[in-house]
Amino acid sequence: MKRVMQTLFAVALSLVMMLGSLPAVASTKTIILATTTSTQDSGLLDALIPLFEKESHYFVKTIAVGSGQAMAMGKKGEADVLLVHSPDAEKKFMQDSYGSSRKLVMHNDFIIVGPALDPAGIKGVKTSAEAFKKIAASGKLFISRGDNSGTHAKEKLLWKAAGLTPEGNKWFQQTGLGMGQTLNVAAEKKAYTLTDRATYLALKKNLNLSVLVEGDARLLNVYHVIEVNAAKWPKVNSAGGKAFSDFMVSGKTQAVIGSFGVDKYGSPLFFPDAGKRPESLGL
Amino acid sequence: MELVFDGIVTAWQLLISLDQELLAVTILSLKVSGLATFISVLIGILGGTCTVLAEFPGKRLLISLVNTSMGLPPVVVGLFVTIMLWRNGPLNMLDILYTPTAMVIAQTIIATPIVTGITIASLQSLPSNMKLQILALGASRIQMVWILIKEARLALLAGIMAGFGGVISEVGASIMVGGNIKGYTRVLTTATVMETSMGNFDKAIAFGLVLLLVCFIINYFLTRVQQKERLR
Repeated sequence: MKRVMQTLFAVALSLVMMLGSLPAVASTKTIILATTTSTQDSGLLDALIPLFEKESHYFVKTIAVGSGQAMAMGKKGEADVLLVHSPDAEKKFMQDSYGSSRKLVMHNDFIIVGPALDPAGIKGVKTSAEAFKKIAASGKLFISRGDNSGTHAKEKLLWKAAGLTPEGNKWFQQTGLGMGQTLNVAAEKKAYTLTDRATYLALKKNLNLSVLVEGDARLLNVYHVIEVNAAKWPKVNSAGGKAFSDFMVSGKTQAVIGSFGVDKYGSPLFFPDAGKRPESLGL
Repeated sequence: MELVFDGIVTAWQLLISLDQELLAVTILSLKVSGLATFISVLIGILGGTCTVLAEFPGKRLLISLVNTSMGLPPVVVGLFVTIMLWRNGPLNMLDILYTPTAMVIAQTIIATPIVTGITIASLQSLPSNMKLQILALGASRIQMVWILIKEARLALLAGIMAGFGGVISEVGASIMVGGNIKGYTRVLTTATVMETSMGNFDKAIAFGLVLLLVCFIINYFLTRVQQKERLR
């Protein structure tokens, strides 16, 4: 028993010493970045955040959630800066003055992917509306994010444009998960899904899914950086948010974005757009 | 199956090369869960012993509540701790959301009922007249409590193992209150989730295997202590 007590005492002592060794960072030098899953799952943030931290000496707490949840955090003042891709919701966010500035950062596109055998026969169809109609008519499984993310918002818009309400149908299932996990579900179930190109390319090697529909103007995927309005929430670190927002649209960062993924996938995952007018992208 | 094999190979390579990221993530897992277990053992054994020895109205209700809380879902704990710690939440002055400290708090809330529940069960399983016997032989109250705890030590060690196993393997609370921030709040479980959604299944399996290995080593030592005691 004595030896046990000694061991336990030693363990306890070392644990108490650990208490002091948990990493801590002063909050004025910390910013909370709420972002969509695609920027993390594609690996882009792993390339950008260290550059920003080195340059600005801010410590970035990246919380990767859907665009919907990211904006909900912004509305509550629980984040300082957002990197999101849900333009309609973003406009509303700005109108309600939850954000103090919104800048165009980059774009890529959404694609409709599915099994190579393509049982619904959507390959080569020109518009997303037509493709969605064909999937609905064939009754083949479609996997939706169902999580209020930017991709989900886009998908809902596309269903509406096709004049369909997929909810409640047997061929329509919602995962409520991030893009990467949703792609895995779709691959396992040999189902169709809507995805951003970056996440698809990053995960392609493990997926048995082919690109079936692309190039429709409706499938544009645009990312903006939004500074959360400190006038609404005094605890928001506006200097830090501004530093990150400026960093994202700086020439150096834009060059990194434009070349990210070229070595691995042969083509860039995102196309830099800072300073461009949204109209030039067809928004 | 090929993936599992790839995962084992990756895990081995990362271990052999003492991969910095893997090392940091593993150490943080141990620190956070170790600390949470330690605090919950203090609270749990003290609280459990008091509950067993004291007589008070609502004792049965309290024990049922503790027993129910042994299965507290980590995500629910994570959600409540997050809401409490928000910048604009009731405990905002602590300013610890998305830090390892917040993870320790959430995990302590998860582990404490487990340790308390097992403490209560193990003390109650001692012969009921033992307490009287010890006191009759002239022990003070504190000595009596100490002897009871010593008698129940095998079960108490099982409680510590259950508490530690519960928190080192949970992901729901850690990802919510910690945020899975690289090099800061990323632990073995949240790293596994992230690598999975990034499609790096080999790395995800590697993190999973290291988690199993860590759990095994710790439980092996605790079990050795426990079984040695049993033989005496």
